[in-house]
Amino acid sequence: MIVRRAARVLGVLTLALLAGVSQSFWAPAAAAHAAVRNFTITFLRKRYHFNPETLPSLLETHPGNLGLAGSQEATYELNTAGKFIGWNFKLNVVTVPDGGSLAAAAARLLAGGPKVIISDLRPDDLLALADLPSAKDSLILDMRTTEDRLRQQECRANVFHLLPNQAMRTDAIAQYLVWKRWPRWFIIQGPTKEDAVYAADIRRSAARYGARVVAQKTYDYNPGSRRSDTGYQQIQTQMPLATEVAGDYDVIFVADETDLFGDYLPYNTYDARLVVGTQGLVASAWTPAYQEYAALQMQQRFDLFAHRGMTERDYGGWLAVRIIGNAVMRADKTAPMPMREYLRSKDFLIAGYKGQGLTFRRWDNQLRQPVLLSTPLMTVSMSPQHGFLHPGYTTDTLGFDAPETKCHF
Amino acid sequence: MPFLAMPGRRAAPLILAVVLCSFAAMARASELFVTNEVDDTVTVLNGETYKVIATIPTDQRPRGIFATPDHKYVLVCDGDSSNIDVIDAKTFKVVRRIDTGPDPETLAMSPSGDTVYVSNENNALVTVVNFATGKWITQIPVGIEPEGLGVSRHGHTVVVVSETTSMAHFIDTKTWKVVANILVDTRPRIAQYTRDYRELWVSSEVGGTVSVINPLSHQILHIIDFHIPGVDKEYIGPVGVRFTPDDKTAFVALGRANRVAVVNARTYEVEKYILVGQRPWQIAFSPHHKRLFVVNGLTNDVTIIDVSSQQAVKSVPVGRLPWGIAVIP
Repeated sequence: MIVRRAARVLGVLTLALLAGVSQSFWAPAAAAHAAVRNFTITFLRKRYHFNPETLPSLLETHPGNLGLAGSQEATYELNTAGKFIGWNFKLNVVTVPDGGSLAAAAARLLAGGPKVIISDLRPDDLLALADLPSAKDSLILDMRTTEDRLRQQECRANVFHLLPNQAMRTDAIAQYLVWKRWPRWFIIQGPTKEDAVYAADIRRSAARYGARVVAQKTYDYNPGSRRSDTGYQQIQTQMPLATEVAGDYDVIFVADETDLFGDYLPYNTYDARLVVGTQGLVASAWTPAYQEYAALQMQQRFDLFAHRGMTERDYGGWLAVRIIGNAVMRADKTAPMPMREYLRSKDFLIAGYKGQGLTFRRWDNQLRQPVLLSTPLMTVSMSPQHGFLHPGYTTDTLGFDAPETKCHF
Repeated sequence: MPFLAMPGRRAAPLILAVVLCSFAAMARASELFVTNEVDDTVTVLNGETYKVIATIPTDQRPRGIFATPDHKYVLVCDGDSSNIDVIDAKTFKVVRRIDTGPDPETLAMSPSGDTVYVSNENNALVTVVNFATGKWITQIPVGIEPEGLGVSRHGHTVVVVSETTSMAHFIDTKTWKVVANILVDTRPRIAQYTRDYRELWVSSEVGGTVSVINPLSHQILHIIDFHIPGVDKEYIGPVGVRFTPDDKTAFVALGRANRVAVVNARTYEVEKYILVGQRPWQIAFSPHHKRLFVVNGLTNDVTIIDVSSQQAVKSVPVGRLPWGIAVIP
């Protein structure tokens, strides 16, 4: 069946390749003379207020083209391929200023009909975009969010999620901890709503994989002036207090989605224990240190282009454009609705330097993928871990599987 | 006692070495050259005993490896050093370095051995080099992450596959123009002509298939799929492809499926899967095609398959992250 499917797709392509064109068409230099088809990808982002002073470490940077650089690099890559087969891609970047109206900008954007939009937006703005009546038949590729709710109760049929959500991340760490035989966890969670979601995901992961949450604390850290010359002395007294619990445990599983205090935990805990979760050993789709499965080539290519390391959000932006490229050049889908159908079909597959093709879950439009476990300098492992099995895809052992989905399109 | 035992232990290999040397003078056994990507070395194995007979230091990140048609040299692409190491196949010494431009991943040669074709992985180029002078003849822009190269019978066409663009590009070696592009399944790695040059097989690592292409009409004739009971589809990553001399049988290394597929090259049916080491990529035949050597990247060894019985005979250790293999008869 797969052979037939592929033969069909390739038949179309071969026809397209051979249809009435002279040999010279295939020479890159001569491609301009042939009928080049154009495809515009809209990259929609908002400049959110951000104070770099709130980043705990001076080493953390916040480049203005975070995420966008990934999409730009991928557009260049598509055009490298496109010039051979008569496609040209353009990235139309729309930036809503801080305090500007996302809905108004989106309405203007969609006035001409349904579009293919890469969303570099926070959850509520993404939902505002997705829920516009004029966006109903558009394709929105969410390259930024990790929130569970957007894959569950608040899922949308026109939104496809590229980065692993929170539950995928806690499952990825949980599998590794179980494989390491470190099954006793102490959860320390921050004050935000998303911290509570992440902590609930940790408990869910524990139940799934036979680990135990033996202690749990909420820590309401007031950052105050973070960058002061006596900072570490404060931290050195506060963190042991925050992490003192009765009973023994193997690791601290921290739920601090906004980076308030998690990075202060390693080496400051009351007991000599490792830290995993939103800080310490973290789960992500990509880190600038990852080099397995030919990722080294991607890292080098990105560095040549952007003169910095490739972050997870850059990877999200890169994936989004490459997915669109697949739909256009491989499946000849150019309108948003047929593209959506294609992304949810068995014909779709995208390579993302994970050693296997990545596909979308039909029940919530989440990209299924292996998840990296890493420290700032090193890749420690990649989940699913060996031995965690699934009747369909082993990557569906991470996050919300079909039977547990709360998403109903 | 240990003092006395020492000379004895040393003498045995010495005598053996002398015997081997004199034997080699009459008929030197074939040798296998294996690149070790993270060791920056090439391991040389004796083609009969499979013992390590030399470890040759190379430049950085050796991957693609190719024996010249006259079997005098073994050429190694050093990805992080932007050159080719030319190894003398008799002395095992690097006798020359050829500048290739950035990140050469692998290479092929014209049938005469005059011209070297190099895939520059990071630059989306094929660099064409005069082997004798080391001078560049041209550079040809191709898709992103070019890798495997196939050369047609008389060298009129060079095919290169680009991993991230997922195409096979056909280059005319008279004009150095790309004359055809075929979109194949995701992440193509190898382009291998059948021995009669009537078909070109392209393996797609992430797509999990092999495309059989008519190299003249540029049409895909068939797509070979692999199904291994108990192995998830996403672990099946075809890379290395080799044909028996009669073109009746193809061997395809399947990457993380840890197997080599035996394919009937007439019917395209998969007849057997041979369990080997972990993540086999590149494969090569012994000079008389009695053995197939399979380079296993994650277990740091080479599995030897008996071709007639289609059985894995043994595995022998090489360096770390072994990548490619060339055989000198």
